Amino acid sequence: MQKVGVVDYDAGNLRSVETALEHLGADFLVSQNPEELKGCDRLIFPGVGDAGASMEVLGRTGLGPFLKDWARSGRLLLGICVGCQLLFDFSEERDTPTLGILPGRVRLFPRGAKDGEGRVYKVPHMGWNQVISGEGTDHPLFRGIPRGASFYFVHSYYPDPAEPGDVLAVSEYMVPFVCAVARDNVMATQFHPEKSGEPGLRMLRNYLDL
Amino acid sequence: MLEKRIVICLDVKEGKTTKGVKFQGNVDIGDPVEMAREYYRQGVDELVFYDITASAEDRGIMIDVVRQVARQVFIPFCVGGGIASVEDMRRVLLAGAEKVSVNSQAVKNPDIISQGARLFGNQCIVLGMDALADSAMPCGYRVVINGGRTPTDWDALAWARRAEELGAGEIVLNSIDADGTRNGYEINLTRMISDGVGVPVVASGGAGVPDHLAEVLTTGHADAALVASMVHFGGYTVPSIKEDLAARKIPVRLA
Repeated sequence: MQKVGVVDYDAGNLRSVETALEHLGADFLVSQNPEELKGCDRLIFPGVGDAGASMEVLGRTGLGPFLKDWARSGRLLLGICVGCQLLFDFSEERDTPTLGILPGRVRLFPRGAKDGEGRVYKVPHMGWNQVISGEGTDHPLFRGIPRGASFYFVHSYYPDPAEPGDVLAVSEYMVPFVCAVARDNVMATQFHPEKSGEPGLRMLRNYLDL
Repeated sequence: MLEKRIVICLDVKEGKTTKGVKFQGNVDIGDPVEMAREYYRQGVDELVFYDITASAEDRGIMIDVVRQVARQVFIPFCVGGGIASVEDMRRVLLAGAEKVSVNSQAVKNPDIISQGARLFGNQCIVLGMDALADSAMPCGYRVVINGGRTPTDWDALAWARRAEELGAGEIVLNSIDADGTRNGYEINLTRMISDGVGVPVVASGGAGVPDHLAEVLTTGHADAALVASMVHFGGYTVPSIKEDLAARKIPVRLA
């Protein structure tokens, strides 16, 4: 199997991506150093945390420009959670300009929105939610995963792609929101496949098999 | 639609799962790693491990349990018990836990919540809160610590709100009156706290039959329900509970 690079930018939660990759028998390395990562054949760009702080680290380490070049080069990239959000142009989280690999913005869930029973929706959106892959979606990332399978989410912001063709799947919390995107070699999920039980492991396996 | 979570709690003492009633009379009921794997297989949504002795020596054993669980269980899990510093937090997170829970130590030193939230993110920091009915308190419940043995001056609702301000991303709310009784969750307490904060609330203490979960997830406004005795030796499985809830139109994840 070819080598997977896990991008380390002090964004926490790396351990769960590592244990999932170990379980899948992947050959991988975790690094903050673009020189080490550039030898890999695909990357996972995970993350939990703050968009502003993350961009700061990406700038300081040279990982920002490295990831942009990587995406342009046509090699495989999978963003997860904050790693998904950072791929877009701009995040409402502390009004942060982000990597601009995919066109679109990252928005905050509306505050104070109420459900049918008049109860305020809690933010972050935390827990398992159904992921509806688009009608006729046969993207290899979703191969073998039942339509409407649930995945684990923890987030207060969500991606809003400018290009409808980039949307792979949606979910719903107060509003319908995009939870998986793909454009050629660049893919990303707002949910955490590494914490989503068997469907999540299957998705990671699908990514490794691309 | 966001699903209601079923969370299973494993109290761990010297590397073994144990369970007591109202925090007393604990008996060994199995190996936490094997139990975690079995509940994962059954489709539980999340696990919580409490290190209930938390001596320095046991903490090492606990870290090893966390590591082994992380290698085999690919859902979120939280670790609590004896977490007194951000270093303690870092150790369990690095061992593979998704969240850490602070309880007595947070009452003694509330800064641990804000420090942890700043370093690891609010979503990592869970406030564990034990409450006891007390008509002398404004909300009717008093926060107790040290496994329910020591009363504090905190009103339960005021403390929940304070912890949220400090950066707690979730609250596991345990009723000492109901804990281990299998007579049902404390619905009034759960509803009041859940409505009073903007973060998810996990109801804990008292689950005996699926009716109890249904009630706390609807009338009680809980975002998740924690169970222990019910599945450890109460004759229920995760699928049997979830099928019951699904039949009542409560959204749950059916694996």
